[in-house]
Amino acid sequence: MEDRPLEYDYSVTRLFMMNTIFVGIVGMLVGVILAWQMAYPELNTFLGEGLAEYTNFSRLRVLHTDSVIYGFVLSAVWASWYYIGQRVLKVSMAESRTLMILGKLHFWIYFAASAIIVVSLLMGITTSKEYAEFEWPLDLGITIIWLLWGAGIAGLIAIRREKTLYISIWYFIATFLAVAMLHLFNNLEIPTYFGSGGIGAWYHSVSMYAGTNDALVQWWFGHNAVAFVLTTPIIAMIYYFLPKESGQAIYSYKLSLLAFWGLMFVYLWAGGHHLLYSTVPDWVQTMGSVFSVILILPSWGSAINMLLTMKGEWQQVAASPLIKFMIMGSTFYMFSTLEGPIQAIKSVNAIAHFTDWIIGHVHDGALGWVGFMVVAAIYHMAPRLFNREIYSKSLMAAQFWIQTLGIVLYFTSMWIAGITQGMMWRAHDEFGNLAYSFIDTVEVLHPYFTIRAVGGTLYLIGFIMFAYNIYKTTSAREVEASELQNASPMGA
Amino acid sequence: MSIAELQAYGYVVALVFLTVALYAYIYHLYTKRKDSDGHDYEEYSNMALKDDITDTPVSEKPKKK
Repeated sequence: MEDRPLEYDYSVTRLFMMNTIFVGIVGMLVGVILAWQMAYPELNTFLGEGLAEYTNFSRLRVLHTDSVIYGFVLSAVWASWYYIGQRVLKVSMAESRTLMILGKLHFWIYFAASAIIVVSLLMGITTSKEYAEFEWPLDLGITIIWLLWGAGIAGLIAIRREKTLYISIWYFIATFLAVAMLHLFNNLEIPTYFGSGGIGAWYHSVSMYAGTNDALVQWWFGHNAVAFVLTTPIIAMIYYFLPKESGQAIYSYKLSLLAFWGLMFVYLWAGGHHLLYSTVPDWVQTMGSVFSVILILPSWGSAINMLLTMKGEWQQVAASPLIKFMIMGSTFYMFSTLEGPIQAIKSVNAIAHFTDWIIGHVHDGALGWVGFMVVAAIYHMAPRLFNREIYSKSLMAAQFWIQTLGIVLYFTSMWIAGITQGMMWRAHDEFGNLAYSFIDTVEVLHPYFTIRAVGGTLYLIGFIMFAYNIYKTTSAREVEASELQNASPMGA
Repeated sequence: MSIAELQAYGYVVALVFLTVALYAYIYHLYTKRKDSDGHDYEEYSNMALKDDITDTPVSEKPKKK
């Protein structure tokens, strides 16, 4: 046997990391195209009338949401899991052949399924359930991918050297369990071809729920997809990357534990806020509102814990663009977890529902919190994966400011657009006739849609700078292991 | 008693139980400060800071025979 010192194995991390950057560019580019289409509808046929079927808003919208959520974010979550998991459990994937095989199968099956999903969505094959548009064969594939990840988590935990599971591991486990449950129950469906004895396409299916029940299950799923794809694994990431990069112990480990259980207790009940003033029972709506407001506490518990971790070390925020990304991400997390509960209050929701304010809320969370944390995670991991310094610190700083400006333009324009829409839809004259028709609101909103498209474009430009910086990092100056202890080495 | 009433009572009972459990856990964390292995909870932050494969684990897993 070779007598080499044991090392962490980052081969699976590397695959997921590359996929994150690639899908990130695609998903955000589609988002930017959609934003410009909203401002200038003639862009729906930007590749000509013949291809209009594939370039119109309704066909591309689902490609944007699914590729960003399940392509970009999940790849980053898995890159982080295969990195953080080994390190905090103090065990290498290389110690188990089975784990290596599971990890690689996890990536390649996921990669193949993603390609099929892109094609099927472009062809317009969907179940029409928001964020769960995949037809039953793909749902089965997703289940296999998810179980492969679960087996990898269980296997790594089983052979660990560190007895206690670090807080990030708890958040990853929560992500695995909750999404497994959400995916299975929301996607219970009957393949119509087999159910009807040969009618329709073989891949088509209908949901096992109908009407109000379908809406309830759908938004229990939809809101918790935000919770367990866009929140808990990102908290797992910041609880590792911020302390490690800054060299500071978490401000309060106890607070991290109680914020975890608080979040688990509260989040699963908040989905009803998507169905206010609809046909679901009134108590479900009230419960959704109340739990959404309570959700501020555990969310801010984690976010404040992160900000206080920098106590006495704020010069690092000024000095390191990498830490800037994480502190700004944590701040956006606080901001969107305050904004969400405000929108979930019934009287506010009466104005906010169906307006662009919701889109603004989603994007200050997705761009500011999730996007920035993914960028920070990859900037931290890249030098350790390639044993090289980050190519350019100044490029990273420029990216930070361009993307921050992009986010600010995005959410401020959507706030104004959303509240304007909400007020115009409600306005009526003394006899109760509506004061405005729908097209009146569209005309008023045009400038804000343009500002939003500019904001999105800035964010995409920043992301391309990021991709370039990481690409150049693979051939930057080599560094010693001692330089990789805490703050990541960066070239000028 | 109808099924809806049963659900409502069950809901209230579960809510009270989980709230008490959560607050009891917080009380436990801040008064005991240490877990059953005698480790101060705050020591566990070191799992992220000292995470080289050669670093000593904060609480080592007993080896199997």
